[in-house]
Amino acid sequence: MNRPPLLWRLLAYAALGVASIIALFPVYAVVVMAVSRAPGFSAVVTPDWANLTLDHLRTFVSTHDAQGRWLFGRQLINSLIVAGAATGVGLLFAASAGYAFSRFKFPGHRLGMVGFFVTQMFPGTMMIVPLYLIANHLGLVDTVVGLVFVYATTSLPFCVWTLKGYFDTIPIDIDEAALIDGASRVRTFYQVLLPLVRPALAVTALFSFLGAWNEFVLAATFLSREEKFTLPVTLYRHVGAYGADWGAFAAGSIVVSLPVCILFLTLQRHLVGGLSSGAVK
Amino acid sequence: MSAVARGVALLCCFAALPAHAADSEVVVWHSYRAGEALALDAAVNDFRAQHPEIQIRVLAVPYGAYQQKLIAAIPGGHGPDLFIAAHDQLGDMVKRDLIDPVPEPLSAQQFLDETLAPLRGPDGKSWGWPMAFKTLVLFYRTDQVPEPPATTDALIATAEKLTGDGRFGLAYPLAEFYFHAPWFFGAGAELLTADANDVRFDSPAATRSGELLRLFAVEKKLVPSDANGALVTEMFNQGKAAMVVNGPWFIAELRPDLPYALTPLPILSANGTPAKPLSTIEALFLAKGRARPEVRALATFLVSDAGARRRAVGAGQPVANRALYDDPDLQNGPLPVFRKQLTNTVPMPTAPLTALVWEPLNEALRQIARGALSPERAFQEAAARVRLLNQPLPAEANPAPYVLVILLALAGVLTVALWRTPTGLLSRLVQARTAYAFLLPTAIGMTLLVGVPFLMGLGLGFFAFGPGEIRFVGFANFTSIIAAQEYPITHPLSFYFTMAVTVLWTFANVSLHLLLGFGLALLLTPSWLKGRALFRVLLILPWTIPNYITALIFKGLFNTQFGAINALLEAMGLPPVHWFDSFWPAFCANLTTNVWLGFPFMMVTVLGALQAIPPDLYDAARVDGASAIQRFFKVTLPQVGPALVPAVVLGTIWTFNMFNIVFLVSEGQPEGSTDILVTEAYRWAFVRNGRYGYAAAYSTIIFVILALYTVLTRRLLSARQGARS
Repeated sequence: MNRPPLLWRLLAYAALGVASIIALFPVYAVVVMAVSRAPGFSAVVTPDWANLTLDHLRTFVSTHDAQGRWLFGRQLINSLIVAGAATGVGLLFAASAGYAFSRFKFPGHRLGMVGFFVTQMFPGTMMIVPLYLIANHLGLVDTVVGLVFVYATTSLPFCVWTLKGYFDTIPIDIDEAALIDGASRVRTFYQVLLPLVRPALAVTALFSFLGAWNEFVLAATFLSREEKFTLPVTLYRHVGAYGADWGAFAAGSIVVSLPVCILFLTLQRHLVGGLSSGAVK
Repeated sequence: MSAVARGVALLCCFAALPAHAADSEVVVWHSYRAGEALALDAAVNDFRAQHPEIQIRVLAVPYGAYQQKLIAAIPGGHGPDLFIAAHDQLGDMVKRDLIDPVPEPLSAQQFLDETLAPLRGPDGKSWGWPMAFKTLVLFYRTDQVPEPPATTDALIATAEKLTGDGRFGLAYPLAEFYFHAPWFFGAGAELLTADANDVRFDSPAATRSGELLRLFAVEKKLVPSDANGALVTEMFNQGKAAMVVNGPWFIAELRPDLPYALTPLPILSANGTPAKPLSTIEALFLAKGRARPEVRALATFLVSDAGARRRAVGAGQPVANRALYDDPDLQNGPLPVFRKQLTNTVPMPTAPLTALVWEPLNEALRQIARGALSPERAFQEAAARVRLLNQPLPAEANPAPYVLVILLALAGVLTVALWRTPTGLLSRLVQARTAYAFLLPTAIGMTLLVGVPFLMGLGLGFFAFGPGEIRFVGFANFTSIIAAQEYPITHPLSFYFTMAVTVLWTFANVSLHLLLGFGLALLLTPSWLKGRALFRVLLILPWTIPNYITALIFKGLFNTQFGAINALLEAMGLPPVHWFDSFWPAFCANLTTNVWLGFPFMMVTVLGALQAIPPDLYDAARVDGASAIQRFFKVTLPQVGPALVPAVVLGTIWTFNMFNIVFLVSEGQPEGSTDILVTEAYRWAFVRNGRYGYAAAYSTIIFVILALYTVLTRRLLSARQGARS
């Protein structure tokens, strides 16, 4: 254990503290807007602490439709299914592709790796209508499955590149040892290598989940039944052509952000995992 | 060529048609929220009670996605039967063949003339059922303004008395033409010539309206100079603005106990004519080919007096039905004021050219309100800008040579590839079958859902979309963008200026993301750190909040008169900064917002990469007597570096195309100088008249720039790696 001098440690805490305060300020603004009675941004400038309300939160969480179904509950489950499945599918695809790119040389290797980047370069707003046409042709419009695959593929380039980078850091002897012991390629991949790249899986999972969880334009374009909507679609309903209900929007964005925070808390144990197993000590 | 495009579109529709024919429910889409949405639901429920046999599904779509959803879904066969939209989108909807006219004639006894006229087609048929109208009136605080002003002179006199000490007599978003329109049309100015082929606001009448704005904003300072919608609401609620020009939606944003009243806008003292705001008619439109009896029955009910009453009483909507204005329940409410104002309005024009006028006009107003240009000059420049934007579509080109070139290029690439591949390609392919098996799912997904739309997007750049036609124009869009003849290179609206700003924007952002992300990740790693989990969570929070709301919060923080940042500067004894009046402050405001949003991604990536460093490397370095700084440069950086390459390259690409921040925080101000290429592309596609081909060509140019960048980085990296080994 070697610790730097006290002064350095204090400076580190100070830097982290300042960074956290700056990071938190807009979050604070959102929270104030969500619990204030005064409409909109005025709440942030002059918060009325004596007169707070949970009405915005309650309204967002307790939406029901004409048939008396609890819409928020259904939409929360939809969001969890869509983002969870997109992350799962994306990670599965990305891990196997990253493994192939890291461990094999094959015709099209370079082309494939560059291809992932290329697709990220075309502005997304121009792709929505073409994407809709294709999804429609494949029968994927107005289905959760369609959205899952669209989200999973949009996060693939980053995930494949990141995972390939991590696989590269793992010595090839490990695969060879497993193969010599008689394990198949697939078993080597799942049982030996995947556990070793756990921190990278955590990072890419977080990335895919966030992307799928917060997206609303595609979700609103693809889905046409309120009970099938994901939460961001309902959230963005509070911003209209003329003005917006900022209190409800702020309350909603807190509710929508909470699961992501919980997910990060869970995943961070895996991020730290490498560290506690005897890393920088 | 348009026949081919139509064929493709038809083919796509065909695949989806049977699915819809089977279901018999009536589908209604709208983008109303809050009270208006509830009132519409109530009206639909009334209809359900009368016709239990008809299944109805009402869908509220977020306004931000509404237009694209209609454009994509109706031709795709997944659209609604009926939908509510503003009449100014009529031209575009007809052009795209999204709607059918109303099958039966509409009664002038039932609906107000002002709401029927804008929906009427050339053959006298109505393109939609009028539901309500939106226009501007004067709101005033009854505790501050005892007698509402009837003329602009009285308005100025009243406002002068109430201005000072951080309070303003009048407030409205000065730099939005929609809110300036009452003075503009009241002064007798016109937007377009009679044939709608040219603009007409370089006129003395327009200048007169500009003089009034100058008086409000510069000479008497009665109106806050950078008030946006949210701020106006806030000022009126707090009594910091005594009078406000606003529309019916404003009522829902006011505190319930607020002492206020409404009155029609005043008469312009200069020429004795009343102020004339724009009016927008909200109508129920019939989607193409959906005129079934039950659909017509629902539409007729929703716009009937009974249906309109639900909306007027429930949501205070200024409905289109005459009868409601005689209703005793509504006599004392705000609706009669809107009805009175409606007689002095100008319907929102729908000619294709109007889509091009808003941006230059808003810019002109901003210049006048800042005192930067005289009203005459400002309107002249705006007119010149519209004429530049309104270039005729490029001539149709013969696609044959292009097809030939593509085929030849493909053949060439294949030949070279086969030529250069060592013998036994087949056996190498077979050998690599395990690798391909691992890649298969990704390859299929990427090809279908990313690759094909991407190729379609690339292809669009070779077409031009005019009113009612799609034509193949070859490279015309590209040459017009790259030649950039309209403006000198140093002008903010020049393509090359925008490109330079984009490069600067990207470089500044990625550097700061990397620096902050790396620094914080390093600070979070040491084992002696207490509360690491807490810090990690706090620092990741910016990433989890939807960036739309972050952008709007930051925009509020940077407000000149009421923003927290200027308040902080003043507390430190520094002068306030006009954040969006000149390039560098506006650029920095964008940068700050995006850095705040983006550093957690880099931090998490670095954190992940730090975990992957084998601890023995540090131990070995320590045994060798390396200092902390040496360990960082000799162990940490070389180990983390390669893992960061994809994050940096992707970060660059994303920042290059970071639309939301620039579009929402600086909005391109001043004079479009902080716009980046992707916001320009968006403006071409969705703000300026649906020039999708031009926007796609822009996107393709963005793509080429980024592709070159990636190739260059790879070259540099591999060269360096080669040098090291």
